[in-house]
Amino acid sequence: MELDPDDVFRDEDEDPENDFFQEKEASKEFVVYLIDASPKMFSSTCHSEEEDKQESHFHIAVSCIAQSLKSHIINRSNDEIAFCFFNTREKKNLQDLNGVYVFNVPERECIDRPTARLIKEFDLIEESFDKDIGSQTGIVSDSRENSLYSALWVAQALLRKGSSKTADKRMFLFTNEDDPFGNMRISVKEDMTRTTLQRAKDAQDLGISIELLPLSQPDKQFNIILFYKDLIGLNSDELTEFMPSVGQKLEDMKDQLKKRVLAKRIAKRITFMICDGLSIELNGYALLRPAIPGSITWLDSTTNLPVKVERSYICTDTGAIMQGLIQRIQPYKNQNVMFTMEELSQVKRISTGHLRLLGFKPLNCLKDYHNLKPSTFLYPSDKEVIGSTRAFIALHRSMIQLQRFAVAFYGGTTPPRLVALVAQEEIESDGGQVEPPGMNMIYLPYANDIRDVEELHSKPGVAAPRPSDDQLKKASALMRRLELNDFSVCQFANPALQRHYAILQAIALDENELRDTRDETLPDEEGMNRPAVVKAIEQFKQSIYGDDPDEESDSGAKDKTRKRKACNADDVKYDYIELAKTGKLKDLTVVELKTYLTANNLPVGGKKEVLINRILTHIGK
Amino acid sequence: MARNREGLVLLIDVGPAMHSVLPDVEKACSLLLQKKLIYNKYDEVGIVVFGTEETGNELAREIGGYEHVKVLRNIRVVDEVVAEHVKQLPRGTVAGDFLDAVIVGMDMLIKMYSGGQKGKKRMCLITNAACPTKDPFEGTKDDQVSTIATKMAAEGIKMESIVMRSNLIGDAHEKVIEENDHLLNLFSSNAIAKTVNVESPLSLLGSLKTRRVAPVTLFRGDLEINPTMKIKVWVYKKVAEERLPTLQLYSDKAPPTDKFAKHEVKIDYDYKVTAESTQVIAPEERVKGFRYGPQVIPISPDEIETLKFKTDKGMKLLGFTEASNILRHYYMKDVNIVVPDPSKEKSVLAVSAIAREMKETNKVAIVRCVWRNGQGNVVVGVLTPNVSERNDTPDSFYFNVLPFAEDVREFPFPSFNKLPSSWKPDEQQQAVADNLVKMLDLAPSAKEEVLLPDLTPNPVLQRFYEYLELKSRSTDAALPPMDETFKRIMEQDPELSSNNKSIMDAFRASFEVKENPKLKKASKRLLRDKPSGSDDEDNRMITYDANENKIDVVGDVNPIQDFEAMISRRDNHDWATKAITQMKNRIVKLVENCTDEGDKALECVLALRKGCVLEQEPKQFNEFLNHLFELCQERKLSHFLKHFTSKKITLIPKSEAPDSDVVDENAGDYFTVKPEPMLES
Repeated sequence: MELDPDDVFRDEDEDPENDFFQEKEASKEFVVYLIDASPKMFSSTCHSEEEDKQESHFHIAVSCIAQSLKSHIINRSNDEIAFCFFNTREKKNLQDLNGVYVFNVPERECIDRPTARLIKEFDLIEESFDKDIGSQTGIVSDSRENSLYSALWVAQALLRKGSSKTADKRMFLFTNEDDPFGNMRISVKEDMTRTTLQRAKDAQDLGISIELLPLSQPDKQFNIILFYKDLIGLNSDELTEFMPSVGQKLEDMKDQLKKRVLAKRIAKRITFMICDGLSIELNGYALLRPAIPGSITWLDSTTNLPVKVERSYICTDTGAIMQGLIQRIQPYKNQNVMFTMEELSQVKRISTGHLRLLGFKPLNCLKDYHNLKPSTFLYPSDKEVIGSTRAFIALHRSMIQLQRFAVAFYGGTTPPRLVALVAQEEIESDGGQVEPPGMNMIYLPYANDIRDVEELHSKPGVAAPRPSDDQLKKASALMRRLELNDFSVCQFANPALQRHYAILQAIALDENELRDTRDETLPDEEGMNRPAVVKAIEQFKQSIYGDDPDEESDSGAKDKTRKRKACNADDVKYDYIELAKTGKLKDLTVVELKTYLTANNLPVGGKKEVLINRILTHIGK
Repeated sequence: MARNREGLVLLIDVGPAMHSVLPDVEKACSLLLQKKLIYNKYDEVGIVVFGTEETGNELAREIGGYEHVKVLRNIRVVDEVVAEHVKQLPRGTVAGDFLDAVIVGMDMLIKMYSGGQKGKKRMCLITNAACPTKDPFEGTKDDQVSTIATKMAAEGIKMESIVMRSNLIGDAHEKVIEENDHLLNLFSSNAIAKTVNVESPLSLLGSLKTRRVAPVTLFRGDLEINPTMKIKVWVYKKVAEERLPTLQLYSDKAPPTDKFAKHEVKIDYDYKVTAESTQVIAPEERVKGFRYGPQVIPISPDEIETLKFKTDKGMKLLGFTEASNILRHYYMKDVNIVVPDPSKEKSVLAVSAIAREMKETNKVAIVRCVWRNGQGNVVVGVLTPNVSERNDTPDSFYFNVLPFAEDVREFPFPSFNKLPSSWKPDEQQQAVADNLVKMLDLAPSAKEEVLLPDLTPNPVLQRFYEYLELKSRSTDAALPPMDETFKRIMEQDPELSSNNKSIMDAFRASFEVKENPKLKKASKRLLRDKPSGSDDEDNRMITYDANENKIDVVGDVNPIQDFEAMISRRDNHDWATKAITQMKNRIVKLVENCTDEGDKALECVLALRKGCVLEQEPKQFNEFLNHLFELCQERKLSHFLKHFTSKKITLIPKSEAPDSDVVDENAGDYFTVKPEPMLES
């Protein structure tokens, strides 16, 4: 079987036309990672949950970036990135400044799209760091060396690439030194602070944003007010928003970086009509969309160069190539009813793209089966319509307080749908925001889309078996034992996707070994085997199945099919070999052909000709 | 009848009390039959009406009684006629007895399919169930119904009753209704029968399952608690989008004389080294490549086979968690239902015990699923309890897919608390909002809930099949306007809004919004003459505009919007003519009165032209344009004329509106050469 992402990751009936799910690459991004490599980054440590040991700040920064890099190459491979260490022993940069080292691999510009090789070598950077790059404090008051200043300069120079109109440019600064010029004489300190801040401001004026990812000492918080508040240009309001707790744990840092690396992209601008004469402006964001491996590019197997695919429409009657828009037909009432593409698109266009409020319902009216596709997150915007945010917040609060959701009609999808707007309160944890405040738009199915399966399994007049109190009690005990601690919805990596990229990476780097990917979605065997758990399961099983678990009461559906097959096999009416010899197999019906196939344990799929051929091959043996 | 075919009898109440809803009943039934013609064309259908003056059914002839029940069509394969037929239901004159009709329908099905014919047998009863039923000759009504229902169950006949009660007069015979509801309930408990109460034409359209889909299991196997404890389950789709039928490509290349032409179109893919090259690469010379950063990595099928992620079919329980831990918006896809294997009584029990306990304690289960052997991926999802209200239905679980870590893009958004206070509502505003959320209520009680997804039909499908029917009769039939019934999902219920008028007014007054003056969006919006089909949200719909539907005059503030809204009003055809006339006056005024608003006048002319093309009123526009041209010449408004030329405003030619008597080449003629004959008007 071939691994075709279009097949593997799509259900049979998923709409290929619907590209709403796929993120559109709106613009590209240029990112420079500025990593402090001073001795202090190596000597300070903090606790890592994952590996359960003390990790140096440098290790935390580097492993966060390595992880972010991997998601970069998968999700946003058009972005260009560069790595720049400062406070280094060696220097490597175009400006030839001391204490700054731009890390790169062959076949790649300093700032360029990430390659497999870059990922691999960056993964190993800690092993060779001391030998090749080295750590050394680069801010020296006597010589007026200022590696932070130099690093900003180098980064800014790297980011000169690309137009600031079409691309986002950012620097991510990793450091644990909250007061870089703290130990200096006051005059020198003032001078250095001023020039460094000016440098940063110059960069910002060029449209480059500087983001700080500070690492705190276990005993001392990173104090942003000392210096960096001015460098990244925070005013006093934003200061409270800046999360100083970052950097306590490796996991938090990874989380932080992941969130910041993703640029916020508006999926859709939506006009929300609350009532006649009152419309507010919302932005829709696709916060949840299935990640799929990239599309397939066909390559010439001899040259490994991309192949040009041409599609042509050919008239089967004349062999002529069809040009332009082709008409469509629907056979109906013994004729072919013809539609132009224009007419079809007109049929589908029944509304403006607006979101129109219809009313409110209590939350329990939204059933678990009222779902079709991933939700869209809505957040208000005052950019075009002033007052939108206020109206939105008021509705948001009322809906949460009254435990109601809004029903609305949304014309922005094909077909337009009824949607449920569920208000979501902000949820925060130590690591930052877990759920943003806003509303989630849930696409509701139409009656046409809902199937009454339950009815199929009803036996009129025959009561379905219901559990006894004892069985319920055992089920309850089982559920308590099997409670998942700290389960969070997106904690699992997609094992198929992980494997897919591991394969790509191994082939790209000519590695013999496949990077190990763990399937996190498998049940926790160790936990399942704890005596208390085993006992609870055993008791539940006992209460349901009784002493003999194999003694399943069976009303015989399966037996019947088995019987039918068996009797068919005995029931060979024809001398197939004789028929085959005389070429008369084609006179039999498909059912009769299948009887033979079933009796001989052959596959029964395919058209009649295929079945005949299969029998002939079988007899031929 | 083959196993997968269906014999259906429609039992339709056409008594006087039903007259007002019969047009909607006709619509729903004809859609049902249309879809059968396309998807299940071997299905067989009979139609019975009751409440008619005449009587016409076999039972009446054989044993007497069963009056006012008329068989319009005996059970036979669906054909063109029947879809037509059901659109012209007779209007009855007497109150019909639905029990009589049910017996007639059942009798038809039994006679037709006796002798162990396979296939599904179904009756669909549409009535208001507000008229009294006759007492049986012996025993009580309850006994009678139970007997019928048991017989139905024995014969494998299913019944679906749609009870339409929107238009009951206040003093309705409550006793009768109560009794009828009780009888219908009896059907449900003794046979596979369900009753749906509908309150509006919209839910009537939604309540009739028009597309019959054979249920197919997605998975049959074990729900594994641990390796020793397994529950046998089947998984089906609970929700799956019904789409428009896939239309075939059609080729008109074959000469008209060729009677055997298939008119089919084949799609060919050629793989070439370069676009110019004629050399085609054979399939075995191609290899799949995947993008990884700037590189494309070729992977051979062998490599894929040996390296790919391998899975074993099965559902494995990971554990339980609080329901509140799984926020509703994390559901990723359409929904599956996990039912216990009906032949395994112990599995039914086990599912039931867990589902009921989950419901009791507000817990959900997290499971890992692989639906097919060798499937290249796994899904992690959540099982939520679906505890049955019906005694004879086993309990089950709903299954929703949850996202993987890679599927989430967490962007931080500012806290509402941290926004400037001018962006936040004050106490009074909050109170107004509370009121709106409370009062604009779509579910005053569970019974009165409107816009239930389960009863709301898809407007696009409805429209397509309507159009298909029209086109089958005349190839160039125009696209029908949106059905009025669907207004109920596209805009607020006028009754609900007018009941809450003061609340809505208060809300509007408390939350004033204004366009940001710094944005010059207006200029962008001016020339809105985009090709229809573009995805621009601002591009107004001509056929139906939910926004400004009640506009009845072309004002001078937003003449274009008014005009577009007016011309698309479908409640009366006169609106189009009125809109055109008013727009013409508006344009003449704009041209006459001012010099600097040439742009606006021009805008209006463009809008008028577009409207006239859509309404197929070329003459109206062409005459007006000539008139306008004259006017400008008279008043020496040459700058305005220049705009005409630069914006290429032309007469509406034949190619855009077949009624036009202007040929395409002459469409621009009015401002270069004065076409004398056209100025008669």
